[in-house]
Amino acid sequence: MRLLLFLLAFVAGCGEIWNDPYPAADRGKNILYSVFADRPKHLDPAQSYASDEAIFTRQVYEPPLQYHYLKRPYELIPLTAAEIPVPRLVERNGATYSVYDIRIKPGIKFQPHPGFVAANLSLDRKSIARLGSPYELPLATRDLDADDYIYEIKRLAHPHLHSPIFGLMAEYIVGLKEYASVLQKAAQPGQWLDLREYPLEGVTRVDAQTYRITLKGRYPQFVYWLAMPFFAPIPWEADRFFEQPGMAEKNFTLDWWPVGTGPYMLAENDPNARMVLARNPSFRGEPYPSEGEAGDAERGLLADAGKTMPFIDRAVYTREKEGIPLWNKFMQGYYDSSGIGSESFDQAVRVSMEGDAALTPDMEARGIRLDTTIAPTIFYLGANWLDPVIGGNSERSRKLRQALAIAVDWEEQLSIFYNGRGVPSHSPVAPGIFGYRDGAEGMNPVTHEWMDGKAHRRPIEAAKKLLAEAGYPDGRDAKTGQPLILYLDTTSRGPSDKAMIDWWRKQFAKLSIQFEPRQTDWNRFQEKLRKGSTQLFVVGWSADYPDPENFMFLLHGPQSRAKNQGENASNYTSPEFDALFDRMRNTPNSPERQQVIDRMTEIFRRDAPWIGGFHPKNFGLFHSWLGNAKANEISDNKLKYLRVDPAKREAMRREWNKPVVWPAILILFLLLVSIVPAVRTYRRREQMAARPAS
Amino acid sequence: MIAYVVRRILYAIPILVGVNLITFLLFFIVNTPDDMARMQLGAKRVTPEAVEKWKAERGYDLPLVWNSQEKDLYRRTTQTIFFQKSAKLFVFDFGYSEDKRDIAAEIQARMWPSLALAVPVFLTGLAVCITFALLMAFFRASYLDVWGVVACVAMMSISTLFYIIGGQYIASKVWHLVPISGYAGGVDAVKFLVLPVFIGVLGGIGASSRWYRTLFLEEMGKDYVRTARAKGLAETVVLFRHVLKNAMIPVLTGVVVVIPTLFLGSLLMESFFGIPGLGSYTIDAIQAQDFAVVRSMVFIGSVLYIVGLILTDISYTLVDPRVRLE
Repeated sequence: MRLLLFLLAFVAGCGEIWNDPYPAADRGKNILYSVFADRPKHLDPAQSYASDEAIFTRQVYEPPLQYHYLKRPYELIPLTAAEIPVPRLVERNGATYSVYDIRIKPGIKFQPHPGFVAANLSLDRKSIARLGSPYELPLATRDLDADDYIYEIKRLAHPHLHSPIFGLMAEYIVGLKEYASVLQKAAQPGQWLDLREYPLEGVTRVDAQTYRITLKGRYPQFVYWLAMPFFAPIPWEADRFFEQPGMAEKNFTLDWWPVGTGPYMLAENDPNARMVLARNPSFRGEPYPSEGEAGDAERGLLADAGKTMPFIDRAVYTREKEGIPLWNKFMQGYYDSSGIGSESFDQAVRVSMEGDAALTPDMEARGIRLDTTIAPTIFYLGANWLDPVIGGNSERSRKLRQALAIAVDWEEQLSIFYNGRGVPSHSPVAPGIFGYRDGAEGMNPVTHEWMDGKAHRRPIEAAKKLLAEAGYPDGRDAKTGQPLILYLDTTSRGPSDKAMIDWWRKQFAKLSIQFEPRQTDWNRFQEKLRKGSTQLFVVGWSADYPDPENFMFLLHGPQSRAKNQGENASNYTSPEFDALFDRMRNTPNSPERQQVIDRMTEIFRRDAPWIGGFHPKNFGLFHSWLGNAKANEISDNKLKYLRVDPAKREAMRREWNKPVVWPAILILFLLLVSIVPAVRTYRRREQMAARPAS
Repeated sequence: MIAYVVRRILYAIPILVGVNLITFLLFFIVNTPDDMARMQLGAKRVTPEAVEKWKAERGYDLPLVWNSQEKDLYRRTTQTIFFQKSAKLFVFDFGYSEDKRDIAAEIQARMWPSLALAVPVFLTGLAVCITFALLMAFFRASYLDVWGVVACVAMMSISTLFYIIGGQYIASKVWHLVPISGYAGGVDAVKFLVLPVFIGVLGGIGASSRWYRTLFLEEMGKDYVRTARAKGLAETVVLFRHVLKNAMIPVLTGVVVVIPTLFLGSLLMESFFGIPGLGSYTIDAIQAQDFAVVRSMVFIGSVLYIVGLILTDISYTLVDPRVRLE
């Protein structure tokens, strides 16, 4: 009992929080706490393409351009470039070339790195083996130079790297394809390939601050690529440093230790548990934007206008593979922001009858803010154009697809399976992208009708009529009397996917069409898409950049997946659409371009190669101590804009995480009490005589 | 005994070759080298040329197990993915993962968090289960024994996932006693390990205690126990000095074999508690179709299991003088 009283007194005297996952020394510091789910595969800007990797690479690497943090629609602005490059068109030997001269701002420095110390470029294996981190070596920095950008563009063709955009860029950058062959021949196993010795025709130095990229033909969307880390500078010294024998055995590679000019540098690299970004002491500073979209000032997003960024000293990213711990830690204040998993949705958000989302009272009481934004992404039910039943340009197949497009109720799917987090798509272009039309003029008249100021899905009778006109009255072939069977290739095959499969069956049953899911694994599903052997399938696409070209090309004939291994998974082809696509691609944003997009959308709706789809809506939750947070679905270099109030966070954490000890002590006490009869029984037995006295 | 151990080690070689072959075939039935390449290269803008280049660079452009293009038998068997990827494992050269991380370095780094979780769970679990089982045996046919067995059956019927989620909910979310997940090195690891160790022990009590109880009851019915009691020995002495010692052989059969495999980690616990051990490393590799890591972890698992079996045999000689390894 004395022990119990002592424990209670001890606990009562403790003002500490016990469930803090971070070191006590970090409390009250200017640190941002966030998460990552999957370990990044690549942090090399030539290879990295996934959003999980962009969390880190985009804070370290600085391509010439970036997107305005606050303005919508997304707007390109210079980052390290002095201005947005405007291409000059040059005619040479009967061919057109676009020439981009990119001038970089002066005074930009790389982060401190051992590669900039000459002695570190000739280390022996023993000294490398002793290193725990490359940053244990002497560090130095140097000025950014035009050659660093050229070096990185050359790396896209490096024979030992697998740049996902090499194929695309080789079509445009003059000489890049041939350059890959040159490097292939020059590369020697185990030896560093000094790219400076091999000139690339289409990428040249003009002066120390300017480099020139020459493209074949016109490619107006090229500027968007200049806002991605593929075109960020890489110092040759860093490449040379990491290529030393013994580095790879320590996992010291450029692929894992990025070297950039950005506001942060990777200070701790443990992709299994946590990654830490620390303020780059060589960073020049950048002013916080002074303009935004309507409402930003009221939301406090312009309070820091003109102040020098970054605001946060360190960002600690912890790996969370499961949703439950992530959500609970956010609620305890140990993560500054969070998304919302389906299991936590009802706890966080209430949806009104009108479909508007608002926070629950509990979340509001905690001062949490909700920010929703429609992602530049589309998920769609594709119809394989090569399929003899559902595909092709015949009147019969078109009406069949249109009938299905009416019958498949995407509004219902969003409501049942995604908590209403999305909007049904009426065109391939996502909201917020040039070319997207809202309201009545943006409605797909094939599938919907405008009533009471809203788009309503057409009645199922309209679909049945179209189906009959297609030659399948009541879901049966009018000629043979056989039932129409349609197959959906899907990777949904677990018990938890049954509800979704049943929902699909219900959609087809509305038209008395027999539905057969062909469930398979991801690899076989992709193989079927590549071979064009699917009939119906659901896939998605997230835009690389905010331009309608990046959506419309998913329907461009030459991009056919089955024929050319392109991104047109439905293998749709229409000469008129393709001709309009080429025109749209080369036209700047203007009423003329909008007109072309409108016509393309009309063709898309008529032909219905996608039987509807939806654009997901992302929900972000931010604690009250996190400032300047605004959802940005295109650009990930957000960290420099954010601000935290560590004192407020500390106070809230203490309030929310007071240890509750009495139940544990009570359980312990009850366990001890329950042993008493056992002890008494034991003692009685021990003291019992061998034979009871008679 | 040395001859016995050497013989067992030699027996292990064909077993390991077989395990490797089966792992290889199972993996490549599900995943082709093309699938692996596409998984590593990402979902967007992957060209057939990039796939071929990836395969050629890593040696996945060879035939799987038989290269009919080659002239002699040696090259026909060695110029294959199976030989090229598996032969080096026998000298513990694990090579690089598909994302070019040194596997040996990864294993070295990740085995410590796994051990930090598995060793306390193992030792505490063993002590708790044996003690609980002895108590039930001692109080056999009493209310303690009956309710103890009922509790064991109930506990072994509940999924580990329930213990994990329930434990996280109560201990961390409601009572705020420990962090819900995460890991840190050194002494800081303790606060992250308290809950998973407790749950690991609790989750194992049901099945193990029931089994040990059965063993102890069987021993307690034997003549030497009756003799010991007849001599007037205290019941604790009877239990701990005689019954426990004689029940050690079946206990050791189940216990010693798992000791070497402790450092392979726990797939579920590591995932839910964010512990960066070898269990979550294996799961990540399977999801990423990283054959280099999968084959290495399966190989190590097989080696450790064989080592565990040999250790079990040796331990018999220590607890039972009648056992001789020849």
